[in-house]
Amino acid sequence: MKLVIINYGAGNIKSIQFAFKRLGVDAILSNNPEEIKAADKVIFPGVGEANSAMQMLRASGLDTLIPTLKQPVLGICLGMQLMCKSSEEGNTKGLGIFNVAIKRFSNVVKVPQMGWNTISDLKSPLFKNIEEDAFMYLVHSFYAEACKEQIATTNYEFDYASALQKDNFYGVQFHPEKSSVVGEQILKNFLAI
Amino acid sequence: MLTKRIIPCLDIKNGRTVKGVNFVDLRDAGDPVELAKQYALKGADELVFLDISATLEGRKTMHDMVLKVAEHVNIPFTVGGGISSIEDVDALLKCGADKISINSSAVKRPELVNELANKFGSQCVVVAIDAKNVDGNWIVHLAGGTIPTKLNLFDWAKEVEQRGAGEILFTSMDNDGTKDGFANDALAKLSQELNIPIIASGGAGTIQHFVDTFKKGKADAALAASVFHFGEIPISELKEALKENNIAVRL
Repeated sequence: MKLVIINYGAGNIKSIQFAFKRLGVDAILSNNPEEIKAADKVIFPGVGEANSAMQMLRASGLDTLIPTLKQPVLGICLGMQLMCKSSEEGNTKGLGIFNVAIKRFSNVVKVPQMGWNTISDLKSPLFKNIEEDAFMYLVHSFYAEACKEQIATTNYEFDYASALQKDNFYGVQFHPEKSSVVGEQILKNFLAI
Repeated sequence: MLTKRIIPCLDIKNGRTVKGVNFVDLRDAGDPVELAKQYALKGADELVFLDISATLEGRKTMHDMVLKVAEHVNIPFTVGGGISSIEDVDALLKCGADKISINSSAVKRPELVNELANKFGSQCVVVAIDAKNVDGNWIVHLAGGTIPTKLNLFDWAKEVEQRGAGEILFTSMDNDGTKDGFANDALAKLSQELNIPIIASGGAGTIQHFVDTFKKGKADAALAASVFHFGEIPISELKEALKENNIAVRL
């Protein structure tokens, strides 16, 4: 199993690498297109601001590579958001893999949403052996609207898409690498896809 | 529904936990990694590690500790103590810390909050505020409550929110160590005036204190040290009790 975590300068990739190590898989950190293309599985991480993260992707040419990947790709947090059509954060054009817009929570609720919330209406092999209303750790100010590609739902201010899937592309708003044993099961499921 | 968080806080000196920790099933209570793993198993939602090392040498051991915690612990954690620059934060995040907390360095140079939020994102910037009620005014204090500033708690909290803080960790120096309950009036006012999460700290002694800080204090999370370290309040029992009081928690 060759697992590559795309390393383009955005976010806490150490935690993701360690989470896979706990599962017995040594992930490679890389921004090399050939190495990413040759991987069995690809993780697309991201923490931080959408526009600057997108600029880093463009600078390394990864913005054109990622949508062409054929193996299973898992976007986490900002990684998932960048796989969408657009984001209100920094008025950013995304990779357009998922046909959904990223919007900001209103000030009716505290922003960012920070902490453990449930995922429900689970619809993907990614959630094999995961119970409905399992708790996941989330930290985010922007969310994916409810959409056709939605495979998990979370409620904060309203129902939104906390996970997405289209073909070989998967995206999760929550942090499986920080979500205790349930999160680790989701990472295991991804490895098994 | 987003749940309320329970956060044990560990004081770290030269890479080891201080304050007596009384966990029967621990081989080495001084080992932050062992302790953190236990807390994760017992249902803690997050952890805070506060570096109280006074020396540069001591601070360096913090990086090794953060790396080891990130390697072995599967819940989020915040690191605070002695952080005063972008470089400090960069190093800790690269070791795997999820959030960092700043206190006196923000008071001394408030622009630091903007710089960290711009560079790393608000989600990882916690501003810790220690305050005391002086003749009806909540005054921000430094150095564990020994040095008063001219800042008012609520004004300062609003300022750091505007500068990009993602969360406030408010410790009432009047309540800290008393085991007499959290400063719920001040907490409720913070929650009302700010739109970022507030962590309550200082005063935890009983389960009812946690119920009160979530209900009356409107806190988003509650932090405590000794009641957890000495096993006075087992986290699972606390969370069951919160649930019975209709407070959303992760069980």
